[in-house]
Order: sequence, then C-alpha cells, then structure tokens
Amino acid sequence: MTAEAISSRLASGVVDSSGPRGPKPKTVTVGRIGVYAFLILSALFFLMPLWVMVVTSLKTMPEIREGHLFNWPALLTFDPWLKAWDTACTGRDCNGLKPGFWNSVKITALSVPVSIVIAMINGYALSFWKYKGSELLFGILIFGAFVPYQVVIYPLIIGMRELSLFGTLPGIVIVHTIFGMPILTLLYRNFFASLPIELFKAGRVDGAGFWGIFFRIMLPMSVPITIVAIILQVTGIWNDFLFGTVFAGRENMPMTVQLNNIVTTTTGIREYNVNMAATILTAAVPLVVYFISGKWFVRGIAAGAVKG
Amino acid sequence: MTQIAEPGERAAPGFAGTAAERKPRTRRKFNIQSVLGTTPMIATAIGVFVICIIFSIIWSFTSSKLFPNFNFIGLQQYERLWRTDRWIISVQNVFVFGALSMVGGMIFGYLLAVFMDQRIRQEDLFRSIFLYPFAMSLVVTGLVWQWMFDPNLGIQSAVRQLGWTNFEFAPLVKQETALYGLVLGGLWNGVGVTMAIMLAGLRGVDSEIWKAAKVDGIPTWKTYLFIVLPMMKGAIATAFILSATGVVRVFDIVIAMTQGGPGVSTQMPAIYVIQHITDRANVAQGMAAATMMLVPVMLIIGLQYLFQWNAKRKAARI
Repeated sequence: MTAEAISSRLASGVVDSSGPRGPKPKTVTVGRIGVYAFLILSALFFLMPLWVMVVTSLKTMPEIREGHLFNWPALLTFDPWLKAWDTACTGRDCNGLKPGFWNSVKITALSVPVSIVIAMINGYALSFWKYKGSELLFGILIFGAFVPYQVVIYPLIIGMRELSLFGTLPGIVIVHTIFGMPILTLLYRNFFASLPIELFKAGRVDGAGFWGIFFRIMLPMSVPITIVAIILQVTGIWNDFLFGTVFAGRENMPMTVQLNNIVTTTTGIREYNVNMAATILTAAVPLVVYFISGKWFVRGIAAGAVKG
Repeated sequence: MTQIAEPGERAAPGFAGTAAERKPRTRRKFNIQSVLGTTPMIATAIGVFVICIIFSIIWSFTSSKLFPNFNFIGLQQYERLWRTDRWIISVQNVFVFGALSMVGGMIFGYLLAVFMDQRIRQEDLFRSIFLYPFAMSLVVTGLVWQWMFDPNLGIQSAVRQLGWTNFEFAPLVKQETALYGLVLGGLWNGVGVTMAIMLAGLRGVDSEIWKAAKVDGIPTWKTYLFIVLPMMKGAIATAFILSATGVVRVFDIVIAMTQGGPGVSTQMPAIYVIQHITDRANVAQGMAAATMMLVPVMLIIGLQYLFQWNAKRKAARI
C-alpha cells in the first residue's frame, strides 16, 4: 500500500462514530507502515502452519527428507492424499481415514439436530414457561459448562455401560447432546428472553399452549440463532477428540481420533506427507464451515462466550 | 438465576417491552408440558452434573481399581496423589501453561485488536486469517506444530539450511522447553478469538472518550493502555473465562503434540485422570485427581458469588 493511498484514504476518511480514530495525520507514514508490518507479520505467523501442511502433503518422501520445510514441492504428487484417505494404517487396519470420516459424518449429523432441538425447547421453557425449580436446573446446567469433563466422565461411562449404550452411536450422540446443552440452552434462553413478550401473549390469547406457541411462533422466529447454533455444534462435534476416544468405541471412532492414531502409529517409516494430507482432510470440514459462514462464525463464538 | 416466578405477578402491558427480561413470564406455577419438554435438561442437570459428580467424589474415597467399589479407605487416595511426582508435575504444568497462554493470549490478542482498530484495509481478510485456526481441532493444531517443531526436518533445519547453522528451535525434544512449544501451539489456535472479543470491546467504547483524550493531547497508545483498556472489563472477563475453561480442560493438544513427554514434562491433570481410569485401571486414584480438578472451578464460582453478594450489599446500603 502506497503512502499516497494511505494519506488520500485518511483525508477522505470522514469521521464516523463506528470506531475510535487512527493515529494523527503527522505520524501517518511511519505509523501506518508499522501497523501494516505488525499485521502482516502476524498474518504470516497464522498462515505458516497451513502453508507447511499443504506443501508437505504434496511432496514426495525423498524430497521431505532433504528438509526445506517451506519450499513449494519440486515434484508435485497427490499420492499422499489418496493414501491418507484410502490405505493409511492405524494399527492393523489399513483403510485410511475414510471410515473415520463417515463415522464423524454420522456422529455430527445425528448429534447436531438432537442437541439443538433439545436446547431450543429448554431455552423456550426457561423464558416463557418457568416452573418451580427451573431456574435452579438452569443454574446447575451453567455450572456444568465450567466443570472439567474429567470430573463427570467416569460415572458417565458406568451409567452408559449399565444402559448398554457405551461404545455405540446413540451413546456418543447422547454424550455430545449432554455436553453441548449448557452453552446451547444459554444461547436459546438469551435469544427467547430478548423477544417481545407480546408475541407470547398473542399466542396465549389465540388459545395456543406450550407446543402450539413453540411450533407456530417461536420455531420460525429462531432461524438466525439456529444458524449460529449449527455452526457452533458442527465445528465443536467434528473437532471433538476426548469424547470420541472414550465413548465412541472402535466401530464409531471419529476422524480426529483416527487421525491421531494414524500419525502416532510408530510402526514402519513415518510418512510425513501422508500425515499432513490426513491432517488437512480432517480439518477440511470445519474450515469449509468457517469460510462459508464468515461473520456468523464470529457471532457463534461471541454467543458461546456470553455470560448468563 | 435467583428469580423464581411469583404467582399472580404480571408485567403491566406498557411496561413489558423494557422490563420483559426481569419480569416472570409464567401465568401458572406449574405447566406439565413445560416439565415434559425439558425432561432432557432435568436428566442432564441432575443425572450428569449432580449425580455423576457426587459419584466421582464418593469413589475417590474408595479402593476402586479396575471396577468401582464402595470399600471406603478415607483420604488414602489423596495422600497417594500428592505423593506422586507425576501428579505434582501435572499441576505445576497446568499452572505454567495456563499463566503463559492466558497472559500471552491477552497481550497478543489485545495488540492484534488495537492494530486491527486502525481503520486498516482488508480488515475482514486479516480477521479471517487470525481466526481460522480456531475452526480446526486441537488435534490438528497439535499435529501440525509437532511437525513444524521436528528437530531434523522442521523449522530448525529449514532455517539452518538458509545459513544460520546454529539456529535452535525444536522445543518439543527437550524437557525444559516442551511446555513452551505447547503454549505456542495453543496460542496459534486461540489468539484469534481473544482478538475478536477484544475488538468487539474496543468498538463498544464510547467515541466521546476518544475525542476527550484527543482534546487533552493524550497520545494514542496511552489512551489505548490506560483509558480504553480499563473500560473493557466485560470483554476481558469474557476472554479470560473462555481461555481459563480451555486451560483446565487441556488434553487434546497435549495428546497430539507430545503425549505428555518427553518424560513427564508435559503431563497435565486431565491426562492423569484419563490414564488412571483407562490404561492404569486405578479408578479411585483417577477420581481423586478429578475431584482436585473440581476445586479451582468451585473456588472461582465461590468467589464470584462472594463478589455478587458484596456488590448487592453495597448497593443496598447506598
């Protein structure tokens, strides 16, 4: 960016009330260069691992052994990607990442709607149909958001085993629903509490009850917040590692767990290009969600961080 | 949290818009559909966050090994826990890791937010770049940084090949530095979020403050540091709580990056618990460690209540 462009931009910059002002015009050039230098250096720091992942996954193993971590591959190859997807080994099984991918798809596709519908009803009930003790339950739920998972995980394993849900697909879906509930319920409760009460009253006047108002008035109104919830849940559940390790069992092992197994398998030669291709493949789904959703993603984080 | 619907109390129609949040909205004390609809919440709150925690605590006082039993042996598990080097190192590690990543994250995040606030071009592009790592799982983060920290083929060797033959940057292979490698990886993943929260906080500061500071001739950096920063308590608290809960739970990134090694130099309490309830088949010991993990959380919640209670008392007096 040229100094001319900067000064013209500053000159034309009509003072608006949207944000604080930049540095004074006198220090424009030096200050501006400093600002951009800092931002660009930071951006390079954040982009570096992505670049390294991509170039490593496209190199052949002999080229990787030469070093030159940051160089673009001299000999472009897509074999590591095929191998990571199809034939890479975890222990004895050599089916690549694809079983893990489909397991993660199954787990996410079931957990996201279940957890969101339940949280939506919770938030609705907590805003419009409080009953004796409902606020206490909500308090416990928020407390649950801050409890380290390790404190509840073992009794939960035992409970799941008693119900013969341990190591099954419904089991892992229930676990994701449980641990997503605090944040999602908070999200929906705050959303419904911000709606004008007249909406609810109009429904009551028309004779609608708990479910009538929920389906006819509240559900259609909560589309925007539900998009935020979906983004939050898809990335959260896809990226989960701990619950997948503990609760999913061998048959339903999610992609993150399988990725970790592939990379840390110590038998044989470590194929860094395959490992990096596998890593990108695992990161691809949440990254796509992130780049498509854009500002909604930021809203999701902010919403997840709102205090009760 | 403390409000429970009082029967008969209803918001006056003209009043409802503004006071809606505070006024109870129920007509009846008890609606059976509402209770039925929230059954999963009742089950989770009571079944998981109360009963499971109680069981964890109970089992920490027993001699449970591979399977839980109710053979109570008092505080022996805790005595053993605090005699175990592995645990003590875990606790030290989580404090060092937590302090470094929280302070580092706050400083770096605030700096990024301040620089982003200079009416720069391509703000959205920069924001996307700073935030995208957060979309990736901590396992992915750990594996990428493990590769970049590789002593023979990673950053260290790449820089050496450029001519600096004495360049050393492979923190994960040494016990003394492995934890700092983890901090760096964690920061890469999470700083963008701190930045986004701080930036939202900065934009929320009244523009009159800036005009006043300018009139008084206060330099921009001083305004940011001494005037604006103290006004952003909400944003700072949010970022703090978010990173604090992440720190207590730190597990995935360690497993992916170092598996607790070299030696026990990057062991964490969360790993200690999981190892004892799985591979080591010593449930009671794991539960004692888990109960200890609950202590800081309870302390923070207790402190918060104390502050709220204090503030209420003060408000009542005035």
